[in-house]
Amino acid sequence: MAINTKKIREARRLNNDRLLSFIGRFSIHIALIIFSLCCLIPLILVISASFTDEITLTREGYHLLPAEFSTEAYELIFDNPTAIVRAYGVTIFTTLVGTTIALSLMALLAYPLSRPDFVLRKPLSFFVFFTMLFNGGLVPYYILMTQYLHVQDTVFALLLPYFVVVFYVLILRTYFAALPSELIDAARVDGAGEFRIFISIALPLAKPALATIGLFTALNYWNDWTTALYFIRDADLYPLQYLLYIIQSNAQAMQLQSTVGTINMGPVPTQTARMAMAVLATGPAAIFFLFFQKYLIRGVTLGAFK
Amino acid sequence: MDTLVQQETKSLITQTTTKKRPWQTAKGHIFRRNMVWFLMTLPALIWLFVFKYLTLFGTWIAFTDYKVRRGVFGSEFVGLENFRFLFATDTAIRATRNTVVLNIMFIIMGVIVSLFVAWLLFEVYTSIATKFYQTMLLLPQFISWVVVSYFVYALLATDNGLINFTIESFGFDKISWYTSAEYWPFILLLVSLWKGIGISSLIYLSGMIAIDTQLYEAARIDGANKWQQFSKITFPIILPLVVINVLLSLAYIMNADFGLFFQVTRNQPLLYETTDVLDTYIFRSLTVTRNVSMAAAAQFYQSIVGFGLVLFFNWVVQRIEREDEPLALF
Repeated sequence: MAINTKKIREARRLNNDRLLSFIGRFSIHIALIIFSLCCLIPLILVISASFTDEITLTREGYHLLPAEFSTEAYELIFDNPTAIVRAYGVTIFTTLVGTTIALSLMALLAYPLSRPDFVLRKPLSFFVFFTMLFNGGLVPYYILMTQYLHVQDTVFALLLPYFVVVFYVLILRTYFAALPSELIDAARVDGAGEFRIFISIALPLAKPALATIGLFTALNYWNDWTTALYFIRDADLYPLQYLLYIIQSNAQAMQLQSTVGTINMGPVPTQTARMAMAVLATGPAAIFFLFFQKYLIRGVTLGAFK
Repeated sequence: MDTLVQQETKSLITQTTTKKRPWQTAKGHIFRRNMVWFLMTLPALIWLFVFKYLTLFGTWIAFTDYKVRRGVFGSEFVGLENFRFLFATDTAIRATRNTVVLNIMFIIMGVIVSLFVAWLLFEVYTSIATKFYQTMLLLPQFISWVVVSYFVYALLATDNGLINFTIESFGFDKISWYTSAEYWPFILLLVSLWKGIGISSLIYLSGMIAIDTQLYEAARIDGANKWQQFSKITFPIILPLVVINVLLSLAYIMNADFGLFFQVTRNQPLLYETTDVLDTYIFRSLTVTRNVSMAAAAQFYQSIVGFGLVLFFNWVVQRIEREDEPLALF
C-alpha cells in the first residue's frame, strides 16, 4: 500500500515535470526566436527600403515590408553601374589575392612553430607573439605606409594590412601541433623533405583549420573600409565598402549644403539607391557566411580553447 | 608504434652516415630540416618585422615636432611638449573617459547577455532549431560597419526612420537622434551587443557543452530545478572561462572599436561629447587637423597604457589559471 502511494506520487511528479519542462522549453524557444529576429530586423529594414520607391520612402518611412513594391532603386544602379562594378572588381581582386597570400604566409609560419624539434621555435614564437602585447597603433602605421613604403593609392595598400594576423597563426599552430606525428615520421622514413611533408601531409590534414582561417581572412578583406579611408584617394581603387561610405558621407554633406547654401556636389544617389547598394555589397558576404558557417563556428570554439 | 618508427629512423640514419655526404649525415639532416623550416617562416617574419616592429620605432614621433620632409628621426626632438599640449585640451580627457566608460559598459552587459543567450541555447541544444538560432545570432558579426551604419540610419533617421515613425504613431514628438548626444551611450551599447553577442555566446556555449551530462542527471534525480542546475553546476564550471574573457577584454580597455564609433555615429561632431573615443580622436588629429605629433602623442599614450594593462591582466590570468588548461596570452 505504502509503495503504491509512493509510486502514484512519483508518477504525478514526473507528469508535472514533463509539463513544466514543456513550458520551459517553449519559452526558451520564444526567447531565442526574439533574439534571432532582433539580429535580422535591421537587415530586413534595409532590404525592404531598397525595394520601395523614393517618394514613398520619404513620406511613409522605413518599414519591415515595402509599402509599395518597386525595383526603381536597382534599375537606377544598373542604368549606370560603372562605379559599383569597378568597386566590385577591386573587392573581389583583393579578397581572392589577399586571402591566398595571407593564408600561405600564415600556414608557412605556423607549421614550423608547431614542430617540437625546431631549434628556433622558442625565439621565433616569442618574436611572433610579442606583437600581440604592444601595438604601435595607427600613427606609426600611417607614416610607414605613406612616407616609407609609398603604397598610398595603389592596390598594395589594400592587400598588405591583413597578411599576418597573429591570433590566426596561434590557432593554426595549435591545429598543426595536434596532427598525428606518426604520419610525419613515416614520411621522413620514406625520404620526403620537410617542405614536401608540409605540402602533401600537413596541409591536407589541416584543411578544416585552413578553411576557418581562410574564411575569416576573406571576410576581413571583403568588409575592409578602413584601409581605403587611410590610404586610397583614387576613385578607381575604391573597394565596395568604402564606396558605400563615400556615398553616404556625400549625401550627408549635400543635406548640410542644402540647408546652408547651394554647392553642387555632383550626383548623389537617392536614399533607396543607397540602400540597394548596401544590399548588393552585403549579399555575397551573407551568402558566403551561410554556406560556410560550420567552419566559422568551429573557428570560434577553436579560438576559445586555443 | 612511436619507438618502432624512431628505431627505423635511427637505423636509416646510421646507414646513410656511411656514405659521408654532408647533408645525409644525421647532423646534416637536422641542420637542413631546420633550415627549411626557417625559410618557410621567413616571409611572414619579414612582414611582422616591417609592420609590427618598425612601427614601434615610429612611436618616437610622439617626442618630436614631426615634419614630413625631415622624416621620423630628422625631426626636432621636443621632449614631452606634445604630451603637455595633449593633456591641456579637454578633448583628450573626454576621449579617454568615453573609451574607458563605454568599454566597461560593453564588457559588463556583454557578459550578462551572452551568458544568458548561451544558457538558452544550451537548454535546447539538441533541437534542430538551435542551428538556425546560432546562424542568426552570428550573422551581424560578418557585416561591415559601413553597412551597420546604414541599418542604424534606417532605424534612427529623423524624418522617416522606423523608431521615430513608431514614436510618432503613439503620439509623442520625434527625436533628432543624430544631434542628441545623451542617447548615444545606449545606442552604441545596443549596436555593440547586437554585433558581438553571437561570438561570445558561442564561446560560452562551447564551454557548457563540455560539461559532463552525468552531473545534470544526478541533479535531476535529486530534484534540482533549472535555476539550481544553472547556479550550482553550469555557472561554477564555466566561471573560469567567463573571468578570463572579462580580464582579457579589460586588458584592451583603452582600445575602442573604430568602426563602431566612426561609422555608426556617422562621425557627427554634435555627438562627440559622448561618442568621441581615443581611436576617433587620433584619426581626426592625423587626417583632419593634420597635427601628426599630437596624434602620435595620443597614440603613444594609448599604446603604453594598453601595454601596461595587457601585462597586468595577463599576470592576473596566469595567477588564477589551472595547470592543465593554460589560458593566458603568454
